[in-house]
Amino acid sequence: MANHANAMNKVKILVVGDSGVGKSSLVHLICHGQCLSNSSWTIGCSVEVRVHEYREGTPSQRPYFVELWDVGGSNSHKNARHVFYNPVHGIILVHDLTNRKSQQNLRRWLSEILLREGGGTKSRIPLVDDFDAEQFGGFSQLPVFVVGTKQEQVAEFRTSGRVRSSSIADECAADEITVNTLDQRSLAPGSSNAVRLSRFFDKVIERQQTTTSRTDGGFSYLERENPMFRRNKATSSFVVTG
Amino acid sequence: MGILIDSAIMTGSMLIFFIGGWMWFVKKIFRDYEVHNTLVQLFFPMIFMLSCAMFELIIFEIAAVLESGSRYLYWQVVLYSMLIMLILVIPFYLCHFAVSNIRMVSREWVNLLSVLTWGVFMVCFWKIGDPFPILSTQHGILSIEQSISRIGVIGVTVMAALSGFGAVNYPYTSMNIFMRPVTKHDIQAQERRLLQTIDVIVNKKKRIALAEKERITSKVGDESGSRSRIWGLLRSVTASSPQGESLSTLKQEVAALEELSRQLFLESVELQNQRERLEWASTFQGRFFNFMGYFFSLYCSWKIFISLVNIVFDRVGRKDPVTKGMEIAVHWLGFDIDVQFWSQHISFFLVGCIILTSIRGFILTLTRFFYAVSSSKSSNIIVLVLAQLMGMYFVSMVMLMRMNMPLEYRTIITQVLGDLQFHFYHRWFDVIFLVSALTTMGILYLAHKQVNTSDKTESFYEPKW
Repeated sequence: MANHANAMNKVKILVVGDSGVGKSSLVHLICHGQCLSNSSWTIGCSVEVRVHEYREGTPSQRPYFVELWDVGGSNSHKNARHVFYNPVHGIILVHDLTNRKSQQNLRRWLSEILLREGGGTKSRIPLVDDFDAEQFGGFSQLPVFVVGTKQEQVAEFRTSGRVRSSSIADECAADEITVNTLDQRSLAPGSSNAVRLSRFFDKVIERQQTTTSRTDGGFSYLERENPMFRRNKATSSFVVTG
Repeated sequence: MGILIDSAIMTGSMLIFFIGGWMWFVKKIFRDYEVHNTLVQLFFPMIFMLSCAMFELIIFEIAAVLESGSRYLYWQVVLYSMLIMLILVIPFYLCHFAVSNIRMVSREWVNLLSVLTWGVFMVCFWKIGDPFPILSTQHGILSIEQSISRIGVIGVTVMAALSGFGAVNYPYTSMNIFMRPVTKHDIQAQERRLLQTIDVIVNKKKRIALAEKERITSKVGDESGSRSRIWGLLRSVTASSPQGESLSTLKQEVAALEELSRQLFLESVELQNQRERLEWASTFQGRFFNFMGYFFSLYCSWKIFISLVNIVFDRVGRKDPVTKGMEIAVHWLGFDIDVQFWSQHISFFLVGCIILTSIRGFILTLTRFFYAVSSSKSSNIIVLVLAQLMGMYFVSMVMLMRMNMPLEYRTIITQVLGDLQFHFYHRWFDVIFLVSALTTMGILYLAHKQVNTSDKTESFYEPKW
């Protein structure tokens, strides 16, 4: 069984968002199909794994491990979070539909992840103050997915029942769903939410396959730790600096 | 005519304070939350406006800006509105929000329960005054002295606790001798440990996920037809996937490892904080604060000593520092100065400085406290609690400020606040200040020692590779 686990391929997806929006509940719902009964603030990072059938229903169907890294969102832990950001193959941005500020803060989350992706403590000072979301599509090949939570509470706070799509989803050309993390049926297999999520996972796996096929095998431990080896994004080859 | 100009000045300045408080609230304090309830948004700036108006009136008193009659009138207006807000309005809304946050309570009961809770609060508030020798019984129940005295107790407690904490914490954070050296190697080693632990967790979770999936598919296979049932039986006998017991051991191991990963993460946060502090210490600001830290620690030790002396010897009737300074200058040093003229200007300057630094310090502390404590559910309640604390804090500051002003300026405060036992409040301040400073010292010492010993043991066991 251990051999089997190591032989299967995997992708790593970061789940980020402000504190208290419902990332842990969402991840639990995606991976276990049940609602999380006792939610508490996530300290550090909590990883859940889901077995996803890549290209389900086609002859080339293969199982993949999708690792969902649920990063705690509290501000006081900001300086040590960067260790989880590298490597990453996809990003899920979570915001609270009852709190518009959490959606505006998603931009900051995205830039935090992208600018720290360079790795190492040297690049901790951000290169730009605010990244340009339109360049994002061309700059990075990371697929992004946006989830709005607490859908059932929206009716209390908004006069119009319809929920507008978030601006960051439009800017990054990302797919978006709204869920109620207290209801199992939000992500029931076959529902439109679940279909979009599967499509996102497939996209992440595809991108990961194309990047690894161009280089020799994924991000290794050596690359992460040693600042002498830096990845040149344009040519995807090793560049020795310093 | 005079009163019209005075009213214009007062209303204009109060409007400025209101807008200032509102901007601070929206931009800094509530920057991560959306405001659903506009009343909450109004209460906070209103309390801020009333507090600043009180200080403004004190300054006007010393500088003799407006007419004395209109000053007294404005004092009454500001004080009464402040009291109504602090005792009646804000506690009611606090109870209302607290009750509606509890999920078990249905809609109809919310109003009734909040009124009941508010009644309980009023009773407790009244009972606070009993153990303290605050008032003589000649005042009626609804007089202004009763409420101000109780507010004073709470406010002075908060003030003294914050001062004690700040007095000890400031030298600790700004002086370099308390900072531990942290190298890049330490941080990288810690991060490596964290990532390795998470890798182990992920591997175990993958095995669990595969086992669960296998269990589900074999269960589905069992349900369809007798042939598959035989296959299912065979498979369950010969399968190499972990069965029930080892699955639960895996889950237990994962839980333990997750706890370990949380600990490692918190340690790495602490290391990063230390590193940032060291970086800051090498900047100009850091070096300046370090230098000032020495003076400040001397001042704090003196203050602690003086509070102890005050409590033990029960000193009564302290003179304000301005008059004392004047006395020293005139009698001991032989300067020939116009006491009247200088005492006004110096006390104006001194009181102004105290007010400004207190307001700024309080604003910063409040903002940081809010960031640390708030969550999306409780943000409304916390804002109201902070507004309440702010009102009480500033009212007691006015009370205690009396000691810093020369005699001729004290009369207005005594007139407005009523006949209170002022020296009791100073004694109470000294007691709480001492307790808070000593407690903070004890806690910081323990935390410092614990971090130091854990650091040493880790570096000892670090594998050399």
